[in-house]
Amino acid sequence: MPLLDRHGAKAEIWTRSEGAAIDNLSHALVDWAVLPEALAQKTRDQRIGVVIPNTVRIPELKLLMRQLSLIAISFPSFGDGRGFSLARLIRNHGFTGTLRASGPLIVDQFAYALACGFDEVELPEASAVRQPVEQWVQALGQISHGYQRGYGDSGNILDRRRSARLKHAAAG
Amino acid sequence: MYRYDEFDERFVRERVAQFRDQVGRRLSGSLTEDEFKPLRLKNGVYLQLHAYMLRIAVPYGTLSSKQMRQLALIGERYDRGYGHFTTRTNLQFNWPKLRDIPDILDLLADVEMHAIQTSGNCIRNVTADHFAGVAQDEVEDPRPTAELIRQWSSLHPEFDYLPRKFKIAVTGAEHDRAVIKAHDIGLRILRHPDTHEIGYEVIVGGGLGRTPMIGKVVREFLPKADLLAYLEAIMRVYNLEGRRDNKYKARVKILVHEIGTEEFSRRVEEEFARLDGPSVNADPAEVARIAAYFAPPAYETLPATSGAFEAARAGNPDFARWVETNLTPHRQPGYAALTISLKPIGAPPGDATSEQMRVVADLADEFSLSEIRVTHAQNLVLPHVKLSDLFAVWQRLGEAELATANAGLITDIIACPGLDYCALATARSIPIAQALAQRFADPARQKEIGVLNIKISGCINACGHHHVGHIGILGLEKRGIESYQITLGGDATENAAIGEILGPGLAAEDVPDAIERIVSVYLAQRQAGESFIDNVRRIGLAPFKAAFQDTNREVSHAVA
Ligand code: HEM
Ligand code: SF4
Repeated sequence: MPLLDRHGAKAEIWTRSEGAAIDNLSHALVDWAVLPEALAQKTRDQRIGVVIPNTVRIPELKLLMRQLSLIAISFPSFGDGRGFSLARLIRNHGFTGTLRASGPLIVDQFAYALACGFDEVELPEASAVRQPVEQWVQALGQISHGYQRGYGDSGNILDRRRSARLKHAAAG
Repeated sequence: MYRYDEFDERFVRERVAQFRDQVGRRLSGSLTEDEFKPLRLKNGVYLQLHAYMLRIAVPYGTLSSKQMRQLALIGERYDRGYGHFTTRTNLQFNWPKLRDIPDILDLLADVEMHAIQTSGNCIRNVTADHFAGVAQDEVEDPRPTAELIRQWSSLHPEFDYLPRKFKIAVTGAEHDRAVIKAHDIGLRILRHPDTHEIGYEVIVGGGLGRTPMIGKVVREFLPKADLLAYLEAIMRVYNLEGRRDNKYKARVKILVHEIGTEEFSRRVEEEFARLDGPSVNADPAEVARIAAYFAPPAYETLPATSGAFEAARAGNPDFARWVETNLTPHRQPGYAALTISLKPIGAPPGDATSEQMRVVADLADEFSLSEIRVTHAQNLVLPHVKLSDLFAVWQRLGEAELATANAGLITDIIACPGLDYCALATARSIPIAQALAQRFADPARQKEIGVLNIKISGCINACGHHHVGHIGILGLEKRGIESYQITLGGDATENAAIGEILGPGLAAEDVPDAIERIVSVYLAQRQAGESFIDNVRRIGLAPFKAAFQDTNREVSHAVA
């Protein structure tokens, strides 16, 4: 399925496993249900990623997070925004690997997804055909600055006002 | 009033451009109709029975004269020369063309306005006490808080795809004029009883609609500086845990109800304790920057009374009556806040023509420091009028049919658009309001009855707040016929209560008689100085029910 990040289209390096069988896959993407089984087989240089439903609770995930290189949060529909909060929580709890949003998102959610801590979006074929990659990249620049502190690093308005104030005070 | 800085200005302009682009992507087929719908709703564009509707935000009900003139212009150029003020202090245009909407948004941006998040499953326009900064019972002006929330909630990356819409209201006064207990979050600014520090009482889970609920206190005292972090915690719990399997159970009120206030509060507190508050909250200098815009305006030092005003009042009974109902005491001596009723007898509640909007804007410039407020009761307010100017203002209002003396009285009816406009309606509501206003038009009788709020909705969604009306009227449909259910004892203030159903539904033409009977019970049973709602509380529903049943027996067309 088509994959993209803030720079545009991206090649997929992950392979979905059959059940818990990760064999000798270098980057194995497994289902949440079989994650413990897959982790038990993991060799030193294998990378494991997991696809989770958006209903997973942090305490269930937290202990396993350190062994994961990628977490893909499923978006059952674009209107179901639980994935945004779950991503924030996962980041807040210290996950530094790759966060992927997986599902029929729309272009207008791309900036939100990145701000909430996602790195990339994996789309169903039909969504990707209607919404070419250029639209996604272009949409990122539509709103230069948001108001929320602590979301992404794009220089939110409150912090910009603050630095303007400090600069002004230093100059004055 | 708040003024946009370069960031606010750019944000709103970019949002307009983004909407144009969204429309373009819909037209080219990049977006499906299902994908486009929430995007247009989040910019206030509804599809109604006969046309598109555009809902424009009037954040916390504050308007400048310049903004009002722009609304008048938009109404004239792109609508049919009028607009409708709503119970959420928004303004709706009922007849714009879809292709004109981006141009309308440009005109709005020219006067620091927008339609952002006036609909959709996101945090909606924040409302506040319409007498903010004026009221004598105020601890702190709620508008800086409301403005901070307006900014924080605009295009929030995490909370724009919530289970359902989310409404926040703020009051800074003891008497609640913002219906905070019927909102998803209600904030009451208060002083800590011991430390006297200013903070918030946080109420969550109120709401009307098909399952009306009064909000519950989840935090008795929240330090002011922690506001945004605490809101983030509430929203995160709701976004993750709110039901998405059934849209009628998706509001936060249902979550609070299902897991209990204590458990909800525990989850919020846990998340609040965990998240890094200082990285989320606005710094005090930012809060102060916003608050500075709401500093008291340059009032003149005046005596507390005005000879000219007293003389006019003594000499003109109509003026005296208007003063009695439509004036609110101001904290500045020599000034008053006056309510401009948008409920002239026989007209649709809340409508104002472009002509009337201009009259109000002119009067605001001449007499009210260019400021106007919109109230949740669908009226307007000139917040800072000198007593000595009141007579002149009243005369000018009268020429524009804006001097109806009924604020708070039985003909000051709240009504949603109902079947005349709304695609979801099951019955008409505007004609019911008109019939009732006509029935009770006599000023002497209105005065005799005193404060009585009638609120009418055209379907179970309760846009007309019928649940919290002293008398609520809900229009339903029974076997193809409109049927009106009457409730009694609702209250929209700090004593918030949901009204109780009196009996079987009535046909439209029987509603005025039924209301008449309810009022007669009150008039017969009240004690000296007892208001309608106090009377209902004291004597209970039974006498009203009995009278109501008499109506039912007498009329032939009662609808079961
Ligand atoms: C004309 C098109 C309109 C549509 C399609 C519409 C739709 C709805 C719906 C579906 C609800 C129920 C939401 C729920 O229970 O979760 C609702 C509630 C509400 N609407 Fe409207 N509405 C319209 C107009 C208005 C107007 C004109 C006003 C103001 C006069 C208004 C103010 C409200 C309020 C205050 C509520 C109750 C809020 C609550 O449930 O807590 N709406 N609306
Ligand atoms: S209460 Fe019903 S009829 Fe009235 S505006 Fe709301 S949705 Fe429409």
